[in-house]
Amino acid sequence: MGMTMAEKIIARAAGREAVRPGEFVWADVDTAMMDDLLGPRVVIADHIRRMGDRVWDREKVVIISDHYSPAATISQAEILQFTRNWAKEYGIGKYYEGLGPCHQVLAEKGFDIPGTLMVGTDSHTTTAGAFGCFGTGIGSTEMLGVLVSGQIWLRVPETMLFVWNGRLQPGVYAKDLVLRTIKEIGQAGATYKAMEFAGDAITALSVDERMTITNMAVEAGAKAGLIAPDEKVAAYLAAIGAPPGTPLLSDADAAYSERFTFDAAELVPQIALPHEVDKVVDVTAAAGEVIHQAYLGSCTNGRFADLAEAARVLKGRKVHPEVRLLVSAASRSIYHRAIREGIIETLSEAGAMVLAPSCGACLGLHSGILARGERAISSTNRNFVGRMGHKEAEIFLGSPASVAAAAIEGRVTDPRKFLVEG
Amino acid sequence: MNSIIKGKAHKYGDNINTDLINPPQYLEKSLEVLAQHAMEGVDEHFAAKVAPGDILVAGANFGPGSSRETAPIALKMAGVGAIVAKFFARIFYRNAINIGLPVLECAEADRIADGDALEVDLGTGTITNVTKGESYTAAPLSAPVMDILSAGGLIPFLEKKYGVDIDKKDLA
Repeated sequence: MGMTMAEKIIARAAGREAVRPGEFVWADVDTAMMDDLLGPRVVIADHIRRMGDRVWDREKVVIISDHYSPAATISQAEILQFTRNWAKEYGIGKYYEGLGPCHQVLAEKGFDIPGTLMVGTDSHTTTAGAFGCFGTGIGSTEMLGVLVSGQIWLRVPETMLFVWNGRLQPGVYAKDLVLRTIKEIGQAGATYKAMEFAGDAITALSVDERMTITNMAVEAGAKAGLIAPDEKVAAYLAAIGAPPGTPLLSDADAAYSERFTFDAAELVPQIALPHEVDKVVDVTAAAGEVIHQAYLGSCTNGRFADLAEAARVLKGRKVHPEVRLLVSAASRSIYHRAIREGIIETLSEAGAMVLAPSCGACLGLHSGILARGERAISSTNRNFVGRMGHKEAEIFLGSPASVAAAAIEGRVTDPRKFLVEG
Repeated sequence: MNSIIKGKAHKYGDNINTDLINPPQYLEKSLEVLAQHAMEGVDEHFAAKVAPGDILVAGANFGPGSSRETAPIALKMAGVGAIVAKFFARIFYRNAINIGLPVLECAEADRIADGDALEVDLGTGTITNVTKGESYTAAPLSAPVMDILSAGGLIPFLEKKYGVDIDKKDLA
């Protein structure tokens, strides 16, 4: 019997011909990513000294300060300072700060390599699966083990296959597709498993759009979210001078624990209602819900096409007077391109506040925290109680176009009405 | 680590996520502060109620969301001796094991009520409900998990198994 791409990547990392779901293996890590929030400062710095004070391979370690940058408080500033100094002390040359959320920076810097195993101290490390890289989130103690040994124990996950046939309609996006998928299986539907996305609706998407899907695999509990790397991934990597890696694809006779089939053409914009990511409805069922803040950004939906689509909705229109629209590009390079192509100007003219590329508002650390009773629509990945500020605030999740449309009306609304060619 | 844990049950529902267990606004504070605010998103009085060794009992999918290990650390520092749930989110499960906080998957977690006196035998996976006079069986812990828990967490496990001077080759 064949293997899924998840099984092949783990087999390769474990130096094995084949692995089967349920097996425990020790695997060699190709890339270990730490952030400022849960990286060196938590457990790692205190204990690494006692464990030989060594890093197994400095070239394979990346540190990205994104959550607290730019700092809003002295303690945040001290965490950034600590992380920066730690990277220097331990000779980690691949330290990035101020460039944006780690998962986007990892992709742009060429760490999302097909066929490799990446672990990160952030749950959305699943994002790298858009490149056929097995990315998964781990805790700080686990990262300490990886830093000193280069290895991690993994239970080989079962793979669930999600086939999206057909084409998405105008005004419907990768975000809607992944929210609909999570609705189908629930927030724990893929716990301990890998999610693999396939079908012509997936192959039609750009790599950037695919990253939205794999980013949110963890919102269904998945260990990884994978998409078969194709010529678009190869072209992405070639354009940034990254190595092509070893694309590992699922065999035709691979065994999946479950298979789901969807028709992309039937999908309409989706909204996740407060306070669960799987509480997903068609946008029409959420229409009219009043919002006070609209957030466009994050490792989920802050890429160029996301900003451009929001700008298309907002061009020549104004943000509702009782709404704050906050925009944070997912990286400095996206920010630059959005400036060059007039996107930032369009958004700003409509009334948006443009923020630094950062994780800040997504989890209520800085740059756009919600007050008690406030309601937001956000292009991010979580709408949990207390996620973006006060625990009595409420968060709706949607696509960048849905965020922009709600910003105009001050209420959740179907974005497609603003996208009709006139 | 004690293989028998005795304590009072503190009962919560399904899908208790990491933002509820360990609200993000406290992440820049010390671990002691995080422990004072443990579970604040779902119960503001949690830290005050828990006596050392008490057992947190929940429904399905305990701990989804962030990779923040500070979530199980905050619970452990608040005094939680073990967590019993129908099942756990993946990263939380690993993190709890790695910091030496026992987590038991038990399909009958719903039978436990808030305040019940429990005895958890990690060796056998038997959960005795002293208040109700019942006992339940938790799913057996896998061998790597039991090895790490018996050592008291991943750090003591690695130190014990490989010594302080860890060589990558030894792990193969």
